[in-house]
Amino acid sequence: MPKASVTFEDIDVTVTVPAGTRLIEVSEKVGAGITYGCREGECGTCMMKIVSGSENLAQPSVLEHQVLSDNLAPRSARLACQAQVLSGEIVVRPA
Amino acid sequence: MSHPAVVQPGQPVALADGVHWIGALDPQMRRFDIILNTANGTSYNAYAVRGSAGVAVIDTVKIEFADEFFARLEQVARYDEIRVIVLNHLEPDHSGALPELMRRAPNAELVLSNRAPSILRALVRELGTEPEFIAVGDGDCFELGDRRLSFVNTPYLHWPDTQCTWLEDQGMLFSGDVFGCHFCDDRLWNDTVGDFRFSFDYYYHHIMRPFRAHVLEALDKLEPLAPRTILPAHGPILRQDPASYMARYRRLATPELAARSGEKTLLVFYASAYGNTERMARAVAEGAEEVEHLRVSLYDLQVSDVAQFVDLIEEADGLVFGSPTLNADAVKPVWELLSSLTLVSVKGKFGAAFGSYGWSGEAVGLVEDRLRGLKMRVPVKGLKVKLNPTEDDLERCRELGRSLGAHLTGTARKRVIDMAELA
Repeated sequence: MPKASVTFEDIDVTVTVPAGTRLIEVSEKVGAGITYGCREGECGTCMMKIVSGSENLAQPSVLEHQVLSDNLAPRSARLACQAQVLSGEIVVRPA
Repeated sequence: MSHPAVVQPGQPVALADGVHWIGALDPQMRRFDIILNTANGTSYNAYAVRGSAGVAVIDTVKIEFADEFFARLEQVARYDEIRVIVLNHLEPDHSGALPELMRRAPNAELVLSNRAPSILRALVRELGTEPEFIAVGDGDCFELGDRRLSFVNTPYLHWPDTQCTWLEDQGMLFSGDVFGCHFCDDRLWNDTVGDFRFSFDYYYHHIMRPFRAHVLEALDKLEPLAPRTILPAHGPILRQDPASYMARYRRLATPELAARSGEKTLLVFYASAYGNTERMARAVAEGAEEVEHLRVSLYDLQVSDVAQFVDLIEEADGLVFGSPTLNADAVKPVWELLSSLTLVSVKGKFGAAFGSYGWSGEAVGLVEDRLRGLKMRVPVKGLKVKLNPTEDDLERCRELGRSLGAHLTGTARKRVIDMAELA
């Protein structure tokens, strides 16, 4: 299975993950500072900053795009409960 | 000198030229929002501002008091004169009369902060249509002909949507919940009502304190306005020495310890039935003390006051909890503290858990889950030891302390791990 790597900058941990993994599946287990609310892409609590590698994440859904827009999110922001890793290297930190 | 009541049934209260209080008093209220006590009730302050081109209504009241609100509003304006309804905060105690006001004043524009739209949609479902509104941010204005309202975005005081409205020609700051309190007094002004200082502090501690970083950001915007009057959404209107209330907020919201020491702080809490978890706690603290620029404190939870610890936790950078496992759970003193932290913000602090157990050891995992639920970072895997810790176990405890200390002081080694190891 193709692999990708996600670095959680706030705790200096890089995790090798299978393609298709959502950030929510990893960030809590490593103790990163990204925090979750509804876990369903509605509340915007888990907004994170993509420091690099945003092209290695699946495009945001219509719902995620709407929530980011409602929360005045900058272009570099994604929801960790929705963002899905495709390949390559991604660096994130809490927004 | 006695001060007569200024709030009379069905009558608005004139505050300044073209500015009226049109809110409601709720003297029977004793418990607000489940968590707040009030000794003499509260008020829902709403205001009307008349300009040469129409009237602005700033905030409404809890729905049970809508009749009082409309009675007062009708004394100062016709509904077709209302050009704008400003909601500084959409919580139901301020937006309760909004749907009815929108029906009665269909020509009025609705102005909200730019964080409010998703909350508004959920609040006014009874209207049956998507409400139209103007979302505003810092510096946006609404002209009422010869006078102007401008808006200051003050998010998370205490909801995402909260904002303040500024009436420059009178130096009046309509502040929403900020600088408010649950105190009901029909003399209305801060220099004529009873002593409400305890209510002011109590309100800060229970409503604003979890958001103190946002309080400081908001004060940076509001203090330069130097308002002559602060008109909050609850409690007395602050016309005498309004700056002192801002100064009080600044003092309450400013972290003291970090400013004094420049060190990071780690608090190690434990409860121990037979001394095993206590020995682990001492070892965790010993390990952490090896880390430079880290101040470590150790506390036994069984004989201590939770409220004092909440104060300490607010200032601390890292928290470690040690609990034995009793009947597959962490012990009550640990839960008492962990359930008392909604008053302060622990988001982003570093946390860890450890404990001795006799049979199954669930406490450590449960405490870690709670720390994550409190939005803390838990970068070091918890440590559980069956009954008496060996010297090797105690060394693992010291290593937990060192490792967490390294994260706290920014000296942790970079780690690369495979997701399969995280199960």
